[in-house]
Amino acid sequence: MTAPLLETRALSRNFGALAAARDIDFTLEAGARHALIGPNGAGKTTFVNLLTGVITPTSGTILMKGRDITAVAQAERVKLGIARTFQINRLFRRLSVLENVYIAVAERVGAAPSMFSPAGTRRDVVEESMRLLETVRLTGDASRRISELPYGRQRLVELAIALGLGPEVLLLDEPAAGVPSAESHIILDAIDGLPRDIGVLIIDHDMDLVFRFAERITVMVSGAVFATGSPREIGADASVRAVYLGQRAHG
Amino acid sequence: MIFGADVASMLLGGVAAGMVLFIVSVGLSVTMGLMGFVNLAHGGFAMLGGYAIAQAMKLWGVGFVPALVFGFVITALASAVLERLLYARLYRASELDQVLFTIGLVFMMIASVTLLVGPENQPLRLPALLQGQVNLGFTHYRTYSVVLIVVGIVIVSGLWLVFERTRIGAQIRAAVDNRRMAESLGINIGRLFTLTFAFGSGMAALGGGLGAEFLGLDPQYALKYLVYFLIVVAVGGLGRVTGVFYAALLIGVLDFTLKKYVPQGGTAFIYALTILLLLWRPQGLFGTKTT
Amino acid sequence: MTPAPVDWSEHPAAAAMARRHRLRAWEPIPWVAALAFYFLFPKYLGFGTELLITVLFAISLDLVLGYAGIVTLGQAAFFGAGAYTVGMLAKRGIWNEPITGLILAALVAAAVGLGSGLVLLRTQGLTLLMLTLCTMALLEEAANLAHDYTGGFDGLDSLPIAPLLGRFEFNPLYPTTQYLYVLAVLFVCFVFVRTLIYSPFGQSLTGIRENTLRMHAVGAPVRRRLVLCYALSAAIAGVAGGVWAQANAYVNLGTLGLDRAATVLIILVLGGYGRLYGAFVGAVAYMALSHFLSKIYPTAWQLGLGLLLVVIALFARNGILGIAEAAAHRLRTRATP
Repeated sequence: MTAPLLETRALSRNFGALAAARDIDFTLEAGARHALIGPNGAGKTTFVNLLTGVITPTSGTILMKGRDITAVAQAERVKLGIARTFQINRLFRRLSVLENVYIAVAERVGAAPSMFSPAGTRRDVVEESMRLLETVRLTGDASRRISELPYGRQRLVELAIALGLGPEVLLLDEPAAGVPSAESHIILDAIDGLPRDIGVLIIDHDMDLVFRFAERITVMVSGAVFATGSPREIGADASVRAVYLGQRAHG
Repeated sequence: MIFGADVASMLLGGVAAGMVLFIVSVGLSVTMGLMGFVNLAHGGFAMLGGYAIAQAMKLWGVGFVPALVFGFVITALASAVLERLLYARLYRASELDQVLFTIGLVFMMIASVTLLVGPENQPLRLPALLQGQVNLGFTHYRTYSVVLIVVGIVIVSGLWLVFERTRIGAQIRAAVDNRRMAESLGINIGRLFTLTFAFGSGMAALGGGLGAEFLGLDPQYALKYLVYFLIVVAVGGLGRVTGVFYAALLIGVLDFTLKKYVPQGGTAFIYALTILLLLWRPQGLFGTKTT
Repeated sequence: MTPAPVDWSEHPAAAAMARRHRLRAWEPIPWVAALAFYFLFPKYLGFGTELLITVLFAISLDLVLGYAGIVTLGQAAFFGAGAYTVGMLAKRGIWNEPITGLILAALVAAAVGLGSGLVLLRTQGLTLLMLTLCTMALLEEAANLAHDYTGGFDGLDSLPIAPLLGRFEFNPLYPTTQYLYVLAVLFVCFVFVRTLIYSPFGQSLTGIRENTLRMHAVGAPVRRRLVLCYALSAAIAGVAGGVWAQANAYVNLGTLGLDRAATVLIILVLGGYGRLYGAFVGAVAYMALSHFLSKIYPTAWQLGLGLLLVVIALFARNGILGIAEAAAHRLRTRATP
């Protein structure tokens, strides 16, 4: 059996006395469509930050295809193929939509260090950026500044940037939050259009989206993995309903 | 025992200078730590306060101590007005805007004082009681330096008590460590900012008056010693009263000693030391890492 | 993914991006004006030379501050490094050819920028601000101490600078050579910076300024880029310092001082940072005002300057060019309802 795409072993992170992540054993297989759910403050975003190297774990290891990447810096992990979107938009607000995606693509293809030719003349980068914008149906907004864009479409730019990094592991932190329901299918369509071998981990509160998308679901509570299983198993799990689903469905 | 007396006098001189540095800088440390505001006009408040004190003594014949009180109050009031009207608009602005704004403010302070009083140094006459020497048993030393040390110790103890033991001190500490948390606990941040800012500027005024005897007092004071005040704050850590105290003593003694033995190069040594220290601990010697 | 491949270069956004580095119709204006100044005001060429050098220095600051977003109070460290390189080499008779002298000044300043950038740019915010300030103060003190080499407080004067290209003498009383020489140096450096900011590298610097976290997340080596930018900016500041020493035939501690660093910051912000031409507008506005006002009413000048800074920080964060852009935008939107 080959090593899983991404794996954590006993991953923990403490902030002072608070255990934001506790002994997390987690596996993301190649081609997975995995969802991570849990109540607010369960440590989902902390987990994503650990996976991407924004914060370092207190203990435990992170493996990518069997290689220990626990000590690998954030930028290097991107080069290894781990890309993410942010829960809160982290875009270049004063730049155009195209420029936002351009910056990401330029980093991936190695065009970014180039100093003496104008950015616009790298047609390969421009065209790939436009194709990505087409994937998220944003070509019509390509010239607009991010700050002029409705919030929902900014989420789509987030997605286009992550896709532009050519990920093997794609971590989507609440990609549909704030996206009008009329446009949320664009996100799912874009994910459906991805090469099948990419492993996708999605964090979201929208249970419709999670159950439509996920083939596997992990539930986190208070920094620890509470349950993992297929959507059917998780949906039928009474204790999960008690800590999470019930609270949202009836609360 | 000549050598011992030498060491003692050097220490006393350095500690006295350190006390003045502390009194001026403590407000800067707390406001920078609390508000995250890069206030390059802090030296300006010290200068204005010093002038208020000197003018009160010269024009109205007020005694030294009442003049100090007057300087503290008037500077605190003026800075509270400035804080409400102008500083408050820039709390969320970029560092660059804060830097520009406070540089502009310093320029205006320097120019106004030059226009109103004149560019020359303002002598501050000490009361006869504070002049001369005092016998400390092991050595004779300048009375005024000894008084400065005593005053500094009283102030740092007082501030420590306020910080550690009172409600407002707890609020300030909470807000320095985690502002959002403090706000959610219902602390009135705006009022806290104004109060600390005014108090810090008042302290700077006090320091400006107390230190005029050996730092001098002219309009350029506002910029001349700014780097020193900033170094003390950076070394001591933002928002730490005791940290600033130790840092001020350290810098005061170092500066005093170096100026005596290596008149050339002493300052360079302090700059180099500061750079190394900040690279080693960006949060300062006594600060804690904030996340 | 799409069945029929589309040629995206026709798309308005792609076309705009391919076009944005091209020369705009008004861009020759400053250069024409600078040449016109040479013929119209032969008596003010000394002032003009100083002005052009200030523009160059402000452009170096714009690169780090306006494009990469590094707030520094110590840019004069590199100006001084360049100036002292030229000054010390000339005074000791080691090297006094102007053009190669400037290259040496650029190299020395870049080395100082690279060395200090490598350590300083680990930090950010207030600590970084303090460190830039301390580094500059340290260099100033060092220059003061190394009296035998730098002339200490008095500096080095009557620098024997060789004639430009072996033919044109630098005459301090009638600085025609200096003016044209500085103009040419400014032009070369400007073209370099302009190329840089429209390149993918420049684009990534803008990205770091706008959102550092995002740049980390797209895999950019943020610190390496910042250090490189810092060193390049230092090199240009070094050229500005070097050419200043050559044009004035002296160098002193003032080239390294907080005064100079603060002034160039004010100039850049006055004109508008991150705008390439803000350095020109700011330098002209500041130098013209200070030339006429600061000598007659120095105190009023300082008061007015302070007030101006306060107003800019509170109300006009994009400087003169920002105000002009906003006004032009308003006119345009009114014209096309």
